[in-house]
Amino acid sequence: MSLLSIKDVSIDFGGIKALIDVNIELEKGSLTGLIGPNGAGKSTVFNIITGIYKPTSGKVIFDGKTISQKPYNNTKLGIARTFQNIRLFKNLTVLDNVKIAQHIHVQYGLFSSFLQYKKYLDGEKSQDKQAMDLLKIFNLDKHALNLAKNLPYGEQRRLEIARALATKPKLLLLDEPAAGMNPQETKELTDTIRFIRDKFDITILLIEHDMSLVMDLCEDIYVMNYGKIIAHGTPDEIKKNPEVIAAYLGEEDIDEKEILSIEGGA
Amino acid sequence: MIKLKQILKNRFLIFLGLLAFYGIIQILLSTNILNDYYEINIVLMGINIILAVSLNLINGFTGQFSLGHAGFMSIGAYTSAIITYKLGLPFPLALLVGGVSAGIAGILIGIPSLRLKGDYLAITTLGFGEIIRVIFLNTEYVGGASGLSGIPKYTNWTWVFWMAVITVVLIRNFINSSYGRCCIAIREDETAAESMGINTTFYKTLAFTIGAFFAGIGGALYAHNFYIIQPETFNFMKSFDILTMVVLGGLGSITGSILSAIFLTFVYAVLQDYAALRMVIYSLLLIIVMLFRPEGLMGTKEFSLKKLFKKGEKSSEFTVN
Repeated sequence: MSLLSIKDVSIDFGGIKALIDVNIELEKGSLTGLIGPNGAGKSTVFNIITGIYKPTSGKVIFDGKTISQKPYNNTKLGIARTFQNIRLFKNLTVLDNVKIAQHIHVQYGLFSSFLQYKKYLDGEKSQDKQAMDLLKIFNLDKHALNLAKNLPYGEQRRLEIARALATKPKLLLLDEPAAGMNPQETKELTDTIRFIRDKFDITILLIEHDMSLVMDLCEDIYVMNYGKIIAHGTPDEIKKNPEVIAAYLGEEDIDEKEILSIEGGA
Repeated sequence: MIKLKQILKNRFLIFLGLLAFYGIIQILLSTNILNDYYEINIVLMGINIILAVSLNLINGFTGQFSLGHAGFMSIGAYTSAIITYKLGLPFPLALLVGGVSAGIAGILIGIPSLRLKGDYLAITTLGFGEIIRVIFLNTEYVGGASGLSGIPKYTNWTWVFWMAVITVVLIRNFINSSYGRCCIAIREDETAAESMGINTTFYKTLAFTIGAFFAGIGGALYAHNFYIIQPETFNFMKSFDILTMVVLGGLGSITGSILSAIFLTFVYAVLQDYAALRMVIYSLLLIIVMLFRPEGLMGTKEFSLKKLFKKGEKSSEFTVN
């Protein structure tokens, strides 16, 4: 059974059809890529999955349940995400960023927080330990007490993934995790993503423009354009798909005409 | 890592320190070295600390700009006065009922208004504060515009000191718990907080309610200090006074709120002899502080003895306390 299935989802924003009959199936444990030109509707798919937008028609089933329209409930179901433009808690420490994300698994209640008795102390201790373990995986443990905003860009991206993992998700949505990274950082990120998929036994769906990362990493790829899924298959199939090539490079004949007209005019 | 034993020891030492401080002031007051004039202002400082720290939880830590704190304070003041003066019940019960009723008002006002953000929330809470005031103004049972007079004077240094300590400790503990971190996360980035599984409406209302509860206790202490309470005492200027303390001390710093509550109460008292110039000097002082420390006296930092003692040592090592 698939972990996530998006069935015939469409969404209109005041007449603009952002998604048209989108169907996506994610197998448990799979690593899937969602690609497409800017404005194709990729981030809208993420916002549908996390419950930020309500689909105009169609439905999203996660782990046998229809997803809620309240994002925090979906996090509790097991969906975690990162953001295209990094949204860390910038003025808090790296450690606190992770600890905030752990809160749905916190062991102590409000009352013991107020009085700080043993249950609270034990709870905080195990939270600290889990957070530090997670930070170690991302090689961020040495920055635990630094403010998140003081981290270099690549490390902020890694911290965002670590923070999402702290909610102990079944499905991790990565929105352009390699944006703004250099080839070396992208390479490291590829390894990290593959590692966390195996280590945490989770399903990953990622949006990415870096084709080398997507082709290298993903087993299954969905391609979107103008709010529609235009292709679905393995990396090799996608590379050869004429519709995909057209979406990315434009139609061949049109291009030639344009070039000719420009040359003719000059 | 610090052991449980060490934590208990630290807490005991802090308690001893507080007890010593309490004792010294108590002796100075009872031997009349500090006369009544000082006592009034010291008590006022304590009440202002309770009000400022509780408002800081809402405005500074949770980032919800509330301007209705005087409203919650007045609910605490009036209900507690009814408990002691009208019904003749004991003062501790009055404090509790004052706090709880203000807390309930916090829930009732918080649920609809906390859907709003920023300026809109500020205006709404300002409105609610005024509504509460007008309700008391038109209720004959509590004296209407002329106010409720003849309230027994129960508030003294002992009550104010320990209530302020309890307020500060409980709010500090809350901030340092997972619940408090959720509130801070909402201040930092509401969208991200929600995607981390934080029910933002719940946590905002929680902070609002806790803040209102302690404002109610502050109001109850206030009512039993001055013999009379009038609706006018709790108008929006009072809310601004409390807000000034919070902003001056630093949004998101408990120690900042304590320092600025003490400082502003002191300045206000000293300037009482220069009635004409008082507001001018007071305002100038605020402008100067805001010009040179726009983040407030403490920013979001806390003053801590631990850091003071360990200043020489390298603090890069990660510790769990």
